[in-house]
Order: sequence, then C-alpha cells, then structure tokens
Amino acid sequence: MSATSHAPGKYFVPEPSKWPLVGSFALLLLAFGAVGTMNKLAWGWWTLAAGSAVLLYMLFGWFGQVIKESESKLYGKNVDISFRWSMSWFIFSEVMFFAAFFGALGFARLHSVPDLASIDSKTLWPNFAGSWPTTGPYIDSPFTPMGAWGIPALNTALLLLSGVWLTLSHHAVIAGHRSKAIGWLALTIVFGVVFLGFQVYEYIHAYSALNLKLTSGIFGSTFFMLTGFHGFHVTVGAIMLFVVLIRLMRGHFTPQNHFAFEAAAWYWHFVDVVWLGLFVIVYML
Amino acid sequence: MASVPHDHSHDHAHDHDHHPLKWTRFFTTTNHKDIGTMYMWFSFAMFLSGGVMALGIRAELFQPGLQVVRPELFNQLTTLHGIVMIFGAIMPAFVGFANWMLPLQLGAPDMAFARMNNWSFWLLPPAAILLIGSFFVPGGAAAGGWTLYPPLSVQAGMGMDMMIFAVHIMGASSIMGSINIITTILNLRAPGMTMMKLPMFAWTWLITAFLLIATMPVLAGAVTMLLTDRHFGTTFFNAAGGGDPVMFQHIFWFFGHPEVYIIALPAFGVVSQIIPTFSRKPLFGYASMVYATASIAILSFIVWAHHMYTTGLPAAGQLYFMYATMLIAVPTAAKIFNWLATMWRGSITLETPMLFCLGFLFLFTMGGFTGLVLSLTPVDIQLHDTYYVVAHFHYVMVAGALFSAFAAVYYWGPKWTGWMYEEKLGKIHFWWSLIAFNITFFPQHFLGLAGMPRRIPDYNMQFENWNAVSSVGAFLFGFAQIFFIVIVIRMIKGKSGIRAAAKPWDGAEGLEWTVPSPAPYHTFETPPVVK
Repeated sequence: MSATSHAPGKYFVPEPSKWPLVGSFALLLLAFGAVGTMNKLAWGWWTLAAGSAVLLYMLFGWFGQVIKESESKLYGKNVDISFRWSMSWFIFSEVMFFAAFFGALGFARLHSVPDLASIDSKTLWPNFAGSWPTTGPYIDSPFTPMGAWGIPALNTALLLLSGVWLTLSHHAVIAGHRSKAIGWLALTIVFGVVFLGFQVYEYIHAYSALNLKLTSGIFGSTFFMLTGFHGFHVTVGAIMLFVVLIRLMRGHFTPQNHFAFEAAAWYWHFVDVVWLGLFVIVYML
Repeated sequence: MASVPHDHSHDHAHDHDHHPLKWTRFFTTTNHKDIGTMYMWFSFAMFLSGGVMALGIRAELFQPGLQVVRPELFNQLTTLHGIVMIFGAIMPAFVGFANWMLPLQLGAPDMAFARMNNWSFWLLPPAAILLIGSFFVPGGAAAGGWTLYPPLSVQAGMGMDMMIFAVHIMGASSIMGSINIITTILNLRAPGMTMMKLPMFAWTWLITAFLLIATMPVLAGAVTMLLTDRHFGTTFFNAAGGGDPVMFQHIFWFFGHPEVYIIALPAFGVVSQIIPTFSRKPLFGYASMVYATASIAILSFIVWAHHMYTTGLPAAGQLYFMYATMLIAVPTAAKIFNWLATMWRGSITLETPMLFCLGFLFLFTMGGFTGLVLSLTPVDIQLHDTYYVVAHFHYVMVAGALFSAFAAVYYWGPKWTGWMYEEKLGKIHFWWSLIAFNITFFPQHFLGLAGMPRRIPDYNMQFENWNAVSSVGAFLFGFAQIFFIVIVIRMIKGKSGIRAAAKPWDGAEGLEWTVPSPAPYHTFETPPVVK
C-alpha cells in the first residue's frame, strides 16, 4: 500500500515501524531513571541503565533501517530536499539551545554580578567586588580561571583544522576519490577525538589544580555547562562522522548522493562555530 | 443548507481502501490520519485531567476558608493544571488538526517524515505519566506555578524533577513535530500551490512551527539549569553564587511569550478557514493575514519582560516592553478586522463551527483588550498576579484556543468520521460553553480589580460572592465538555443519520474537500495539480 512498494516515487511513506514506540519507552525509562538517581533511590541507576540500553537498541535499529532504505534507493530527489530542510531546522534548534546558556552567561556578567556588587546590595554583601570571574558573593572557594592561550587555543586550532579536513573529504567524495575521502574523514575524526581528550584533561586539571568546579559559583556553572554541552555535541558529531566513515568505506555514497555525509558535516561545522563562540566569550573575555 | 444529506458516490469508498482496522496498528503507524486521531484523543484525555484539576481549584475557592484540598495540594493543582492544559491539551489538539489536515490541504500523501511523526506523538504518553505520576511521589507534584520560578522550583521535591523531564520530553516531541510540519509545508505542496496560495491554516502552522523550534530549546535550557541548580550545585538562579532568580524569568519568558502565540496562531488559522466558509466569501485580505501572522510571531520574541513588570526592571526597560507589547495589538487588530470584513455582506449561516468562531471573535477580542490593559506598566503593577490576569489569559486560552479547537472538530469532524454531527446538539454545546465560560471567567475580572491574588486557596470574605459564581460556572463548563464528548462519539457512530458529503459545507474551499468523507486511509498518493 505505502510508497515503499513502488520506488522511488516523488514521495516516500515508510511502512509501520516499532522504533518510535521503542524510543518513547527508552525515554520513559531514562526519565524515571534520572529522577530516581538524582533523588538517590535504589532503582535509579538500574532504570537509567535499562533506558540507555533500550535507547541504543532503538538508535541502531532506526538508523539502520534508514540506511537500508537509502541503500534500496527508496529516497528520491524530493525526500533529499526534505532531509535538507529538516537537518537545517534541527541545527537551528540546537543553536537556540546553546543560546539559552550563552544568554545566562551574558545575563550573569552584564547584570546579576555587577548588581550584586552595586550600592543596592552593599548591606547584604559589603565586601563583594563584582569582578569577573567570580564564585559569587557567598561561596568562599577561590579558583584560578582557565587561561585561553594554552589548551583552549590548541583546541580551537584542532577544531578549525578538522573542519578543513572534512571539507577536503567532501570534495574528494564529490570528485569520486573514495580512498582520499576516507583518509581525510578519518583525520577529521582523529582531530575531534584529540579535542575531546584535551577537554577531559582540561576538566581534570580544573578540578585538581585550579579548584575550578561546577560548584564554583556562576563562573563554574556557566563554564562547565557551556563547555560540557559543547563537548557532548562534539561527541555526538564524532559518532555521526564515524558512522559516515563506515558507510563511506562500504561504498554507500556516490558523488551525487551523499546527504548523510553532508548532514554530519553541517553538524560538525555547527559545533565548530559554537566552539568559536565559547573560545571568545568564555575563555578570552 | 450547508450539509448535503446523502452522497451515494462515496458510500463505499472506504470499502475499497484496505483500511487496516486492527487497533494495534496505532502503536506502529506511519499514517498521518491515525497519528492525528491519536493526538486528538490524547489531547481530550489531558483536557479532562486538567479540567478535573481546575474543578478541584474552583471547588476549594467556592467559599473562603479551607474546605476541599490542603494548600499544598491546591498549589500542585494550579501548577499542573497550567502545564497539562498548555502542553497536554491545547498544543496536541492543534498538532492533531495539523496532522490530519495539512497533508489533505497541501495535496500530500502524508507528512514529510511519517515515522518520526509517530514518535512525536508517542513521546507524549511518557510525559503525561511523569506529570500525572508526580502527584503520587513523596512531596507531591510541582507546586510553584506552571512558570516553574526559582527559588521555589529549586527547593521543591522530586515531583519537580519529573516535571522537568516531562518538559524535556514534550519539548523533543514539539521540535520533531515542528520540523515535520515545516518540511511538509515547504516541500510537499502539490504542484501549482505556491506559498501565497497556501490555506491560512497551513500558513499559521508554518509560522507556529518556526516559533516552536526557536523557543522550545530555550525552555529546555532553562529547565536544565533548574535541574543542575537542584542537584549538581550550580548557581544560575542563586544570588549567593552570583546568579539571579530573575534570570530564570527572562529565559523562561523568552520561551513563554512566543508560546502564547504558538497556542493562538493555529487557532487563528482555524478561524481563518471557517469564517470564509460560512460567510460564503473568500478570506478578506489574505496577504495581510499572512503578514500579520508573521509580524505577531516576530514581535513575540521582543516583548517577554511584560510578564515581569514587578520584578524590578529599570524604568527604561519597562517603557520599552510596554510599547513593544502594545505594538502586537496592531497586527492582531488587522486580523480581527479581516475576519469582520470577510463576514461583511456575506451570506452567513450559523452552523456550530461558525458559532464557535463568532464566540472566539468576541471573547478573544475581549481577552486581547484586557491584554492591552495589562501591557500598561503602571496598571499591571496594580493587577500583577491578581485574578484579572487569570481572567485575561483564560479569555485568550479558553475562548481563543479552545473554542477554535471545538470549531475545528465540528468543521472537519465530518471529514474524519464520514458523518455529520447533530447540529442541534452542537448548538447546545456552543451556547452552554459560551454562557458557562462567561459565568466562570467574567467575574474574575472584578475579583482581580478588587485585589484578589491568584494562586491562593483561601481569601478574604469580600471576594466571596463572585468566587461562588465563578465556581458554579466552572462546573457548568466542565459538564458541557462531557456533553461535547457525547456529541463526538455520536458523530463517530453516525447517530445523526446524515452521511457527510465530500464537501459538506457549500462555502468551503480547498483540497481537503476534494477527497471523500471519511477521508480514505491513503489520499493524494499522486499529487493533485492546483491551478
């Protein structure tokens, strides 16, 4: 009945699928698991682990099916345009997610911290200077801020270069040079993983040597939440690129038709741009 | 008469349609009609749940003193009533209409991402389980108001965590649904249907989906910060660590104000479909409707702090937000004018959908005017957090969004079910709802002007009379909605005995009326050509 039986038409309507339901069950478990874990209930971790397992099962199954459909040439030109629209809007939604945290950082630096040091707050916090970075007026746990020109600058170079390697790989795909494309893409992923390694090192350094923690007032809050969510997105992007790498090695992509590659590349450039924002606003300023 | 009694040519259309009748198909379906139907039933279930909470509130407020619920439970009821009605009832209702009608209106075989579409729906039940379940955990449900302001929301028990994750899940559902809707409208239109030929319902949903994608992630960020403040020692909303509880309000309302239009715009779309049909005239000022919708959406991003006049904004900020807010009245008034001009010299008949649209027009305009009153900073400082505000946004949310949702059910219901509803019962439902609604919420204006604060279980004796009236109205309104579900079930069962024609309304325009009623399981597998 649905369009899968006569392909590739203008439209594609998939057959009924269990994956949405499996995914919803996963999120139900994950939500209850997180609630349980955060409230230190005995079943929390187990539910969280079960939810993660179901989610992984769903991701493998669902994306596996999409790849299978794509390889069966069920996606025509029109579907390709739909994919392009949807990936663009998804990345826009991610931009707005980061905007909330950048907004929090901006609000704290430009408004709440200066306000807490203003004449209006002198009776409450007589000794608070309001300089940045700060733990805020009441948390007494001095830290050293993360300098911009050590690892963060190196990381900036790593991510920017990885974007270059990715573009070279894309050009190789378009030119039909598969082995070249594989090489550049692998290098992109290596740079991404090294970036993540440096981030982990930096976090350990922050906690052990700088006394800079998530609990270090508003600076620690914004620093770790912004870099943490960025690191998570780099991880997701690297996984996307890794899947694309495997598909590239299996010969899934043609010079004309390789939207999965492009979608992952768009995502990678997006995390790249977010990092530039982080480097300037969180580390440099 | 608008309804054509019997249309033999379509009697057996569904027999040839290979409709998979097994109910278990709903779990795995990729059919926009199935998914639209599920959205609507879910929405109605949540509407009843939220309604029961509202009646709990009104029962307590029937008299001064504490009679029915404890204050703690009262606060939980007000909080969950808000969240459940907004995220559980109204938004899914309009997403349900979008699922059912957009592919039919655009001439598409289904939504652009039919499988993800089903996930958008099936994320809602887990969120509902988290929300309703939170009443039964230690400490009870979230009780700080639906806006989840810290510090109350940081100090609350685990019910708040369940609320936070429910918001995350509903946000994911909304974002996926919106990406689907935008892609469908931009890419699956039938050949010849240019953007300026789109039905208004599609236009309003296009813009609504944009608002959702832009603001839901911001809400997700806000509640994530709440979560880390609660459990991981961050101090976003804690002045001791250099943060600020008011920061939450800014981030929340950056989502929250566009959210108002996320609810209102699809309602405008429905009304823009129905008024021309029953006036038997094309929509007056189509292009200006599109521009007005877009203007409202853009303005909605730059007015958020009018919810915060009493939090200590600088005077310059209050002035800016006051004038920016008043500006929204301009495109909204353009819409109201266009609807009136559409009816001007039309040959109007008053079937139930049209009645609900007229009710919408009167009452939404009133809600808009009280909104204009509240946009004035000096006035709002008096009225903030009083029942005047409660009355205002219920005129917008109930008489605005809910009435147009009812209108949509009566208008498109024959297309969904293949049967006409019973006109007399529909009219009773309308008048019953209209009168009960006004008995409930009109007196709340007086209460608010007299100074009665919102979100309190007990109140001064001086407010007794109007509260009693309001509570009576609320129960009347609640029973009217039980009556509504009876009407809908009778329509599904064909109790009117009148089969719906492909185009049951003689003034209706659009591709959705070119397919038989009930719409076959699969429609427009080859796209129609629009001239």
